[in-house]
Amino acid sequence: MIDSPIGARRRSILAAGTAVAASPFMFNIARAQGAPIKIGFPVPLTGAFSAEAQDQVRAAEIAIKDFNAAGGFNGRMAELLVRDDKLNPGEAATRTLELIEKDKVQFIVGSLSAATQLSINAVARDRKVLFNSISQSDAINEAKDWSMYTFHEARNPHLTAGAVARYAFPRFGKRIVYLTADYAYGHEMVRGFERAGGPLGAVKLADIRHPLGAADYSAFLPRIQALKPDVLVMCNFGKDQVNAAKQVTDFGLKANMKVIAPILLLTARQAGGAEAFEGILGGSSYYWGLEDKVPAAKAFNDKFRKAHNGMVPTDYGALGYAGVRSVLQAVLNAKSTESMPVSIALRQLKYNWYKGEQSYRKCDHQSVQSVIIIESKSKNMKDKNDVFNVLAVEEANEANLRSCDELGHKIST
Amino acid sequence: MNQAMTLANSFNWIVRHRVGAVLFCLILFPLLMPYEALAINILIFGLYAVGFNLLFGYTGMLSFGHAAFLGVGSYLCGIAIVSGGWPWWAAIVAGVAAASLVGLVIGYLAIRTRGIYFSMVTLALGQIVYYVFYKAESWTGGENGLRGIRVEAINLLGWQLDFLNPITKYYLILVFVAAALWFVSRVLNSPFGAVIEAIRENEQRTAACGFDVARAKLLVFVLSAAVCGLAGALRALHLSIVPIDSLHYLQSGQAVMMCLLGGMGTFFGPFVGAALFLYLEDVSTAVTTHWMALVGVVFMVFVLFFPKGVWGSVLHWLARKAATEKP
Amino acid sequence: MGEITPSLLMLQLMTGIGLGAVYALLALGLSLIFGMLNVVNFAHGAFFMVGAFMGVYFLALTGNFWFSLVLTPLAVGAIGLLAERFLVRPLYGRGIDYPLLLTFGLSYVMVEAIRIIFGIEGVSTSTPAELRGAVNLGFGHFPLYRLFLIGATAVVVLGLWLFIEKTRYGLIIRAGSRDPEIVRVLGIDIARVWLLVFGIGTAIAGLSGVLAAPTRAVNPEMGISVLAESFVVTVVGGMGSLPGAVVAGLLVGIVYSMTSLFMPELAELSIFVLMAVVLLIRPQGLFGKAGQMG
Repeated sequence: MIDSPIGARRRSILAAGTAVAASPFMFNIARAQGAPIKIGFPVPLTGAFSAEAQDQVRAAEIAIKDFNAAGGFNGRMAELLVRDDKLNPGEAATRTLELIEKDKVQFIVGSLSAATQLSINAVARDRKVLFNSISQSDAINEAKDWSMYTFHEARNPHLTAGAVARYAFPRFGKRIVYLTADYAYGHEMVRGFERAGGPLGAVKLADIRHPLGAADYSAFLPRIQALKPDVLVMCNFGKDQVNAAKQVTDFGLKANMKVIAPILLLTARQAGGAEAFEGILGGSSYYWGLEDKVPAAKAFNDKFRKAHNGMVPTDYGALGYAGVRSVLQAVLNAKSTESMPVSIALRQLKYNWYKGEQSYRKCDHQSVQSVIIIESKSKNMKDKNDVFNVLAVEEANEANLRSCDELGHKIST
Repeated sequence: MNQAMTLANSFNWIVRHRVGAVLFCLILFPLLMPYEALAINILIFGLYAVGFNLLFGYTGMLSFGHAAFLGVGSYLCGIAIVSGGWPWWAAIVAGVAAASLVGLVIGYLAIRTRGIYFSMVTLALGQIVYYVFYKAESWTGGENGLRGIRVEAINLLGWQLDFLNPITKYYLILVFVAAALWFVSRVLNSPFGAVIEAIRENEQRTAACGFDVARAKLLVFVLSAAVCGLAGALRALHLSIVPIDSLHYLQSGQAVMMCLLGGMGTFFGPFVGAALFLYLEDVSTAVTTHWMALVGVVFMVFVLFFPKGVWGSVLHWLARKAATEKP
Repeated sequence: MGEITPSLLMLQLMTGIGLGAVYALLALGLSLIFGMLNVVNFAHGAFFMVGAFMGVYFLALTGNFWFSLVLTPLAVGAIGLLAERFLVRPLYGRGIDYPLLLTFGLSYVMVEAIRIIFGIEGVSTSTPAELRGAVNLGFGHFPLYRLFLIGATAVVVLGLWLFIEKTRYGLIIRAGSRDPEIVRVLGIDIARVWLLVFGIGTAIAGLSGVLAAPTRAVNPEMGISVLAESFVVTVVGGMGSLPGAVVAGLLVGIVYSMTSLFMPELAELSIFVLMAVVLLIRPQGLFGKAGQMG
């Protein structure tokens, strides 16, 4: 694949030095039969989202185990190389370099933040290694960051926000105020809501930006109160959302408006508590409670429960599972472990791993999938995991994504 | 007795040729590290720590805003390549120049204060730079960082070098680091180097001797910024991205830790500190998710018992041994 | 943007005072420690965070918010005493940088310890039942808990002032900060005084943590941004000045709050700009003593 056209004399000097080195660094190695299929898995095991990341690992391990139990690929077993990217894009880039250069992985699946997935992608695609991202981002679909080796299993904010808007605005009102975390994710969410809201007649009264990681929202709440909206959209995530939910509740805003969020995480809801999140409605890529209606969900949940002591998978866990399983299925379909043939096979793949039919759109490799609308509850909770009611499922529909043209893709082959 | 003499002699010889000695270690370095990307990170952060050490270890000014220079160097190098289409070497120059300029501005504002206030001013000004770059999304990518810094083939005097090859990348970056180290060594050996160490020891006395202390401080500040800017530019090329947290004060804190671990006010110390810090972090991450506690404990142990740092303690021990054993 | 009415401004101002109260407490502890011991406590944010966690823990243990309010500063102060005795004391006389660096490392360890004990997610807590609801202040409804927070801060500030100005021990502390040598000569164990001061400073940080816990997410990372903000306040007020800490705390809280109203994206930046401006015009801070610079 990559040959270094360095002069012969230099090469011999280098060879002498590297004879002592631990591992040879040639990229083009003919794999012996039986050599494992290595999938690099950089996720933030430490840091603010370690709980979600650990769930991603748990679920990905199930996909690997299933693949190996079924015989692997021509007797070759899959192997997951988990690395901690510390939720830090610089660290993620270093880990990716380590995975590619030292561990010689065939593929990379992973990440849990917009910035880290973009940085992993930058390193992987330059070295022509396939990367399937399992966290949200709008940017990764855009032509600037895209490549034939870039795939996006997770949803993007545009899709999620749109789905929630389409459900909530007709039901609760048209006067909207946004409380937005001032970073890429927040802006992308607002954009998604506005796009979907426009045709529904929604009016944006204000878009109040708060700094990322703001602990105290009290500075913004009196203004929201004064604007008297029908709907308050909290465009933030994780701990920001927990903070905001608590303070919105304390200030008594829920009495006068419906509070919605583009994404509701199981872990955030458990950390924030029933009261803070009571009545808040939002979107999710997966909630285990779907198993009543969707057989694939039940199958996935049972597998997870069996492997992990009755725990249920979270939305990020499901993405970890799907991200790895899709790549492994493409290996089987392409009958190869090289990134380009597997990429071509992934483009053709149609699958239903845990929630319904999915496939990757050709122009930007975005997985077209359903969005689940959930609402937090505080009564009738059967156990500590039963925290949401599933209100609706918006089916997978390519029309809900931004168009290929808009993203800068010239050809949608 | 003879042994002590040759020890002292060889020790002195190494100190005089310290740049060469350091480079000798660094040339062999990739053989010791588990993977090249880590070795390159150590090179880059070693240089960052050397730049910081110029101000902290040698001049005695504790800045908590040095991440600004690392980050500005990275971003301007990256922007030159991504938005400007500049060749890689011009982009490095752009990064260093930008960092020096920012160093001039921040330095001018900061040196009017001293001691803890100096640290706090540099922290505040560094955070302001952070927010400015965060906001300028169309140039810097904002929170997502700057991506797409592609350098693949480098034409060097007729040779075609593949920058993606980790070993090639290491030695190429080493060339720049070597040049910077030589430059820093020259500065420290010059009369100016003596002046800044005098400022660290006793600022008023240095002023009384007739030196323009404010100008000296500003100059060393700018030089320090330039070296850190170079480290930043090289980092952008290495990772092909620039993360926004390059500019955050925690990144400044890292420089402090590395210098202390290695040995402030010594030439090789920052490199040792950077290597120790990054290697420890890498190794402990694989063993436990609680690596932060380990790093914190190690750091506290050093502050309490080995304030000279690893290399500083080694030098101190060698110097004492050579001095106490007489012929 | 919506209309900016006088009542909105007043509400925003009150919110700023509420924010400022927490800042003032934090800065008070920092300034106390710096003024008396010449130590920059880089672990102050971590003590704040530990206080928040302990508050939630004691609340769960005793079921009573007031108990947790009393127990938490005692517990956090005890940790502070241990830290001073075994970690900071060996470093006195070595120069101002060493205790700073030590506390920097200590903060890492404290954050990780909390992660190990309480988990990585953080814990959930809500406003105590007795203090829920909002009060009509005439120009709008303001949460009762935040009024309580402002009141509690005022009580603590008053109590501290009385302690330092009006008691014998406070006299010793004031003398010790002015001239430790003379105090030693007079036969007073200055080391014990410093130990106590460090304990009090960290206890106040812990108290601000337990007071702030119901208003924000309690997680191991909550001290990181708080630390930078407390430094801003302490420096603006003047390091080592107690009235400065209180005034600057309120000022920073109000600046943050008002900036959030008009230009929310610049809210965080605004306090750093404030700090830079104050330092360049009046390097010793608003109330600091000129010459007390390192």
